[in-house]
Amino acid sequence: MAEHRLLTQDFGTEGLQTLAVYQRRGGYQGLREAFRRFTPESLTAEVKESGLRGRGGAGFPTGTKWGFLPKDTFPRYLCCNADESEPGCFKDRLLIDENPHQLIEGLLIAAYALQVNIAFIYIRGEYHDQRLLLERCVDEARAAGLIGDNILGSGFNCDVIVHGGAGAYICGEETALIDSLEGLRGQPRLKPPFPAIKGLYGKPTVVNNVETLANLPHIVQRGGAWFKALGTEKSSGTRLFCCSGHINRPGTYEMEMGTPIGELLEEECGGVWKQRSLKAFQPGGGSMQVLLPEHLALPLDMDAVAQAGSSLGAGAMVFMDETTCLVNVSMRLVDFYQHESCGKCAPCREGTYFESDLMHRLEGGHLTRDELSTLTDICDNMNGKCFCPLGDTATWFVMSAYQAFKDEFEAHCGAGSCPVRAATAELVTA
Amino acid sequence: VQNELGYLSAEGMAEVASILDLAPSEVQAVSTFYSMYFDHPEGDHHVIVCINVSCGLRGADEIVEHVEKRLGCPSGGTTADRRFTWESTVECLGACGGAPAMQVDHHFHENLTPERVDAILERLGSQPRPGHGDEAIAAPGAAGAERTEAPDAAVGPTPKPRTARSAPRKRPRPDASDL
Repeated sequence: MAEHRLLTQDFGTEGLQTLAVYQRRGGYQGLREAFRRFTPESLTAEVKESGLRGRGGAGFPTGTKWGFLPKDTFPRYLCCNADESEPGCFKDRLLIDENPHQLIEGLLIAAYALQVNIAFIYIRGEYHDQRLLLERCVDEARAAGLIGDNILGSGFNCDVIVHGGAGAYICGEETALIDSLEGLRGQPRLKPPFPAIKGLYGKPTVVNNVETLANLPHIVQRGGAWFKALGTEKSSGTRLFCCSGHINRPGTYEMEMGTPIGELLEEECGGVWKQRSLKAFQPGGGSMQVLLPEHLALPLDMDAVAQAGSSLGAGAMVFMDETTCLVNVSMRLVDFYQHESCGKCAPCREGTYFESDLMHRLEGGHLTRDELSTLTDICDNMNGKCFCPLGDTATWFVMSAYQAFKDEFEAHCGAGSCPVRAATAELVTA
Repeated sequence: VQNELGYLSAEGMAEVASILDLAPSEVQAVSTFYSMYFDHPEGDHHVIVCINVSCGLRGADEIVEHVEKRLGCPSGGTTADRRFTWESTVECLGACGGAPAMQVDHHFHENLTPERVDAILERLGSQPRPGHGDEAIAAPGAAGAERTEAPDAAVGPTPKPRTARSAPRKRPRPDASDL
């Protein structure tokens, strides 16, 4: 198991963003085959068989999610979640930049399986150029009869609407995304009812990530069983891993699931930069718990990483070398959650504020040990007690870093400055 | 409204409310929730420097310090000549593979060094100003050449320049994609 290019196989082809080149590379064959070989029911069954799990972070089986829609309630809606804002994550931007029609084809296949006549792509506001690109591609596909009424003579109708966000991490949470799409403040809704029952405009709604949908043309063409055979038993297929931080070759690498994390680091990322050693890494983006060098042997498998106390999340690997101050990293992440807390529930709104205040004083070396001991208490009062996962995840990294690097956190207390910076100054200037 | 004025004025929001049959406070509630709506006029160019984890690990603090010194105003401020508004943001821009990164008028600039920042700001600062000269030249699209990931240059239409000083249309047309 190693690098395996499925979604990224055509990346770099000149003009791939145009319909003509995409079709020359076999584009929209998946959609044609979906119409020819499958009913919506058998297509859902095929996706279930493929073992495809959501690529947005939670890893929920896609076919199962689709199966939750009530059988006879129409209209239904499909939303592509392109609100990628997880710290360390930039794969959806790449998938759109490099091969936008692959996403649109996947979206239409899902729409057919779900019998949806209006599908939305909700893209974060910061991805302004990507939104324009998608709008142009949707227009192009519509003009070619791939979007609209009676697509390819199948009798199936579906329109696609690209909708831009306006800067809010929380809109990546599916119910907040739905609120935002309705023109409201993007705040999460109480579940149940789940979006599959009552989502956009009160109708059954499925929200799928960009990468999840981009897999569908390949699953339709090559079969669920073929996809299932790729990767590991419970994490089938490939995944795009966004690698960043202290490495020689930052970038996005598509790996077969099950490849050891160390292989991704050494073979693809070119190892840790400046001949330094690895201190810690985050396997799933800003929300996920910190892992240590000993965890490099773990396979890129959702369940294996979960057993080690973290998560592959949205597939963002952030590597940190030996000069990194984990207090500083924790402070940045806590600041992020404080900024992005939507303010709907008190544990998150107040908790992230306290966390941020505490971490800033700790980072500056102005916190007492007594005050540091309240960090655990604050996080305990947030984790599992917030309205949506944002508040929970705001505690995961900082708590795991505190546990793994307790000495480092305590050394900051009353130090007046960062002891890690002082200890590694020689290495940094070398 | 923001596309026309460069920010959301109270009058603009009131007009949107009347078109959509909403209370002005409902429009304001939405506008204050999202970070990309501005409630006051900004500079000609908007610079956002990412300071989240991946950028932080690769020198974002140095970039922030440099931008602050060069533009002579703190994060969130606008230069005296109103050419630039800049801010550092904890909201990950999604350019971690090219960290440290920033966005200028929605365009990504990656693998920043103080020298590269200087070159980018220098070029923008010396262009004719939007609303005062040739908008085609001043359009932020000109910065697209700087992008490091080389997407198809012919891909999107040239983004609309932020015409903070152009005369607003009498009745701002609400754009569904921007609300």
